[in-house]
Amino acid sequence: MHPAFSVLIFTITSGAGYGLLGWLSANELFALWPLSIMAKITIGITAMVLISVGLSASTWHLANRKNAWRSFSGFRTSWLSREAVFAIVLYPVATMYAAGLYFGWPYIGLWSGLCLLLCLVIVFVTSMIYASLKTIPQWHTPLVPTLYLLFAIMSGGLAWAIMLTWNGLDIANFNHSLALIVAVTASVKLGYFVWFRLPATSSIQSATGFTQHRVSLLDAGHSAPSFLNKEFMFDVEQVKLVRLRWVMFIATFVIPLSVLYWIPTSMTLLGAWLVMMAGLLIERWLFFAEARHVVRLFHGQQKV
Amino acid sequence: MKLGLAIDLDTCVGCHACATACKQWNTSGAIGPLTDENPYGKDPDGAWLNRIRTFEIDASPHSKTVNMPLSCMHCEDAACVTVCPTGASYKRSEDGIVLIDQDRCMGCNLCSWACPYGARELDPGSGTMKKCTLCIDRIYDQQLPENERQPACVITCPTQSRVFGDYDDPDSDVSKLNRQRGGKQLMPELGYNPVNTYLPPRNPIQQEQGGSVLGKVKHIVNRIIKR
Repeated sequence: MHPAFSVLIFTITSGAGYGLLGWLSANELFALWPLSIMAKITIGITAMVLISVGLSASTWHLANRKNAWRSFSGFRTSWLSREAVFAIVLYPVATMYAAGLYFGWPYIGLWSGLCLLLCLVIVFVTSMIYASLKTIPQWHTPLVPTLYLLFAIMSGGLAWAIMLTWNGLDIANFNHSLALIVAVTASVKLGYFVWFRLPATSSIQSATGFTQHRVSLLDAGHSAPSFLNKEFMFDVEQVKLVRLRWVMFIATFVIPLSVLYWIPTSMTLLGAWLVMMAGLLIERWLFFAEARHVVRLFHGQQKV
Repeated sequence: MKLGLAIDLDTCVGCHACATACKQWNTSGAIGPLTDENPYGKDPDGAWLNRIRTFEIDASPHSKTVNMPLSCMHCEDAACVTVCPTGASYKRSEDGIVLIDQDRCMGCNLCSWACPYGARELDPGSGTMKKCTLCIDRIYDQQLPENERQPACVITCPTQSRVFGDYDDPDSDVSKLNRQRGGKQLMPELGYNPVNTYLPPRNPIQQEQGGSVLGKVKHIVNRIIKR
């Protein structure tokens, strides 16, 4: 699959934003760390900025943006529409939470609880846009929503840890819990790499109906790359992919985990978060570049 | 009604006339235009609703060349419709044709990702998705003579490899051909239940040796043609 840069930016920044807002809301619900009201509001605004940057990036890849407002209508069947609806619903809920904090209104637990729930739901719904596609075997797995949720909790959690240190709070035990989350996410991602080597059910034989014979492409029927080629025939050398996987793994998991475990100061954590986000950008790029759509079978690929 | 095509892989010669006729009709039809980018350059690109792939089946010397035109299969369980966030993609209940409302499409590409057959292409001009309409603006046109109320690709096919009809009617041409020739769905394992079927090549009829003089002449002619 062709990795659209706007979609990569969208999923990682808004993922981190939903994660951060989720941690903030969880803190409100379970009273984990004592933070001043202004600190909470600042963190909330930071999260909403990350989310909004991501969401606006997601509209760049639309070819006909003037109809984007219509994307709320397919709610009953479309995961993309559900994402749009929940993403918009979060804004008034988050505003009510912030206003409640500022003016000291009651039912703050209700609004923060709703915020937490919505953050998790939105990340899950976003991942289901990909996981629901049977045409892309590498995406059609429960591992995809699991990973998206873990990535949001992990990158948002690291941002949350930075916010805590900035507000002069001790993160003595939290850094170990967070390191554990990073380790769990890393192992699920490793599992994903192992899983997606398994062959898919569709082949050039099932695509052409000649199930008893060897089938090969003689001619694709066009002299220059078409929309289908550009969208689905994205190819990178295997060597390069493997190298990028290593870079991704070190940046996303190894460096942040080491920093969290050994040197968790506010500045090192910020550096670790930036490295993690860069790693996640590569991770999301690989998520697209390594996904193989079944249309490739009609272009001569034997298996997807 | 369940309208669709039966495509004869035995007789298709891969001339691309169906694709050209499709482009010609639909560029000024209900969902037109079908924009091209760089049409006279060395890498022309644009929205086509029908593309023909050529495959080699089996290995030489038993190989066979098969031309496979691919357009929308008008799936009974169309994933492209359910994933559409704007409701632009829809499947008509009266005849099963899958269409895109060009006024609602926002060009997010998700339906093209959900389609296993590569039947949907983004129009670089309008930024909306384009696909086969089964020539909805022909098949119901009362102004046309009855034998012309068929998709442009079907009318133009020089070898009559494309047959249009109603799969819900057991006596329609497509239903009969599908039964007689053992028509196949492509990628049935995905469960989208495509309506269009592909009729596999027939085995060559074994010619009787000897017999009448005419039979011998036929046998010689057949052998020459085979070479």
